[in-house]
Amino acid sequence: MTIAVPSSQPQGPSLQPVGWLRYLSFSLDHKVIGLQYLVAGFLFYFVGGALAGVIRTELISPMADLVPRDTYNEVLTLHGTIMIFLWIVPVVNGAFGNYLIPFYVGARDMAFPRLNAVAFWLIPPGGLLLISSYFLTGAAQSGWTAYPPLSITTPAAGQVLWIVSVLLLGGSSIFGAINFIATILKLRRPGLGMMQLPMYCWAMLGTSLLVLLSTPVLAGTLIMLSFDIVAHTGFFNPGEGGNVVVYQHLFWFYSHPAVYIMVLPVFGLVSEILPVHSRKPLFGYSTMVYSIMAIVFLGLIVWAHHMFTSGTPPWMRLFFTIATAFIAVPTGIKFFNWLATLWGGKIALNSAMLFSCAFIVHFVFGGITGVALAQVPFDVHVHDTYFVVGHFHYIVYGGSVFVIFSAIYHWYPKFTGRLLNEPLGRLHFLLTFLGFNLCFAPQHWLGLNGMPRRVAEYDPQFTLVNQLSSVGALLMALSTLPFLWNVIASLWQGARAGDNPWNARTPEWLTSSPPPVENWHGEAPLVLEPYGYGVPIDQLDLSTASGRDLWSGGR
Amino acid sequence: MTLTLSDSESQALHGGSGEAEAHGHPDVRLFGLAAFLVADAMTFAGFFAAYLTFRAVNPLPEGATYELELALPTINTVLLLVSSATFHRANAALRQGRSELCRTWLAVTAGLGLAFLVSQMVEYFSLPFGLTDNLLASTFYLLTGFHGLHVTLGAIMILIVWWQVRQPAGRVDASNPFAIEAAELYWHFVDGIWVVLFLILYLL
Ligand code: HEM
Ligand SMILES: [Cu+2]
Repeated sequence: MTIAVPSSQPQGPSLQPVGWLRYLSFSLDHKVIGLQYLVAGFLFYFVGGALAGVIRTELISPMADLVPRDTYNEVLTLHGTIMIFLWIVPVVNGAFGNYLIPFYVGARDMAFPRLNAVAFWLIPPGGLLLISSYFLTGAAQSGWTAYPPLSITTPAAGQVLWIVSVLLLGGSSIFGAINFIATILKLRRPGLGMMQLPMYCWAMLGTSLLVLLSTPVLAGTLIMLSFDIVAHTGFFNPGEGGNVVVYQHLFWFYSHPAVYIMVLPVFGLVSEILPVHSRKPLFGYSTMVYSIMAIVFLGLIVWAHHMFTSGTPPWMRLFFTIATAFIAVPTGIKFFNWLATLWGGKIALNSAMLFSCAFIVHFVFGGITGVALAQVPFDVHVHDTYFVVGHFHYIVYGGSVFVIFSAIYHWYPKFTGRLLNEPLGRLHFLLTFLGFNLCFAPQHWLGLNGMPRRVAEYDPQFTLVNQLSSVGALLMALSTLPFLWNVIASLWQGARAGDNPWNARTPEWLTSSPPPVENWHGEAPLVLEPYGYGVPIDQLDLSTASGRDLWSGGR
Repeated sequence: MTLTLSDSESQALHGGSGEAEAHGHPDVRLFGLAAFLVADAMTFAGFFAAYLTFRAVNPLPEGATYELELALPTINTVLLLVSSATFHRANAALRQGRSELCRTWLAVTAGLGLAFLVSQMVEYFSLPFGLTDNLLASTFYLLTGFHGLHVTLGAIMILIVWWQVRQPAGRVDASNPFAIEAAELYWHFVDGIWVVLFLILYLL
């Protein structure tokens, strides 16, 4: 069968604009698209972070004196929505997935480059629509969960714009997922088996399955919600005989898996970073793979642990408690594998490692409070209090955001050919680490003692602890300064990195930095053992050696 | 499921030149479409779940009606099932290089799809309830409307393929059947969803 395209036909990314302009264009190059996701994600992160600043400033004192309550609700809703749909999800999936996956499978681009670009270009309109709603009509006020009947009774225009933008962003992540699945399953270069892929591929495969199975349900649900608002149907409107609990089921059928959509890719990234900087093979590769798939499956069946206070019947509570507790098993396996990877390694405590190791600590803490929350009696006590806010920020910030930073320290040399400045990186880490823990650890105490979430005013007895938390937020805000300075100044002044500054084994390091348009100068290398540490790289025969030999080789 | 490619497959995928042409490979594109249909099916699944829950736990208000006649939807079911068969004929004709016959079958298929849409309109106007009358009514229109949208898109796809198959400079032929394969896969999917919808909405 011939599939060659006539050479007269313009083909592939080579006809795209070059230089920095291509980052503003409809590029088809997966590396450009990946960096587009990354930079766009950071722009939204700063907006979301500024909004967090507004929230924390408001909460310095018990009364609602900085912004009126309605504005507070808008700010809160925008903050949550931006952080989830425009920052974590696009960055840990879209940015790193697009940049790395084609390298990892030995392809020259993603399976569907055009769809890939479309997926990215859905994000700016989605984000701008969301943010502009604040100025045009007033933003949505019902939180990122948009629970009815609140979302039906608060001003309609902002809520509808919110729905439209979330639908755009959901479409973007579905297109992305289709692309990842097709690329990983269908575009591997000949001779490369599934069990020889770097772990991030497996993580992205699992994540994409979750996106494919759960995001459409959210889309359908939001379409129903918009009918309730615009056409006055009564799906979720109790006043019309509708059923709010159905909304919650459908919503959490997406949004519980969504937490894995935000952390599974992060698990994958950590699995790439730890072996490199501790010079050890990733411990327990196959158990890591099975754990990912177990997490995907269990993640799909535990959604109702968010609904213990919604009048769920006892058998349901029991089922969802037990199923949730089970997730601790594969997650625990992954943690012990990471620790075993570090164990006895030659650990370089550089910025990338500091952020990744902090992730392990934070995620264990957030995971434990999560298992606690899955216990009905405890959840009934702290539901919708600041305990929950503390818990999930340990997961999304202490987990995902820390790893995003770690990944940037790790892959920046590949993106740009330059190294980031280490002392600045450590200062960034120190400020973030202190600020983060000071901000969110006290919130567990607030919640246990009864401070509800999503309020602009609180009981004066909580003042001091809220102030501590706000100081932590201030430190986090400060921490972005050395980071920003570092990434911008290093573009010009950073030390030249060379192609493979970490002496890493995964395929993206076996090409130049930054890589050429079609990824490799000649034939793509066949890397059968991406974690083959223990042998000097120049003695590594990448095309013929079997993985096992490399493992035992130098150790 | 085997996850590794056979030698011939990877040969086809990566080509002799080792260039990026693989992306256009029809096999990969059909796979992508199938993945999209999984997502599409999940959207329907969410709607079905909502509908079934409403039926199970939310009683209709006093005096509200939700009664469905079986005659028209049964005809509609037949229309769609037949159209799946005619689409299959069209594809087979193309494989034999008989593109005029293929176009005829495609036209018949699109005609059956349009007949389905007309008949659904007739049904809508004969129903004793409207979109906002009660929960079940709303979900009924939501589901059938969403499905009707799919039929409309499918019919448009068929017409595009019909246009592309035309002789002599046909863009779609026995050696390049991707467009018709994709449209057929999509059309069977839409029919399959209708069967489930018919079972749940009308027969259950
Ligand atoms: C920059 C540091 C951050 C600070 C200081 C911060 C602070 C806060 C505060 C004070 C709230 C209000 C909690 C409530 O009243 O319920 C909140 C809510 C929330 N935050 Fe953050 N946050 C930060 C970063 C993030 C990140 C990275 C995410 C990523 C997913 C995130 C996701 C959310 C969500 C989903 C909500 C709930 C919004 C809602 O209830 O609708 N936050 N945050
Ligand atoms: Cu959950």
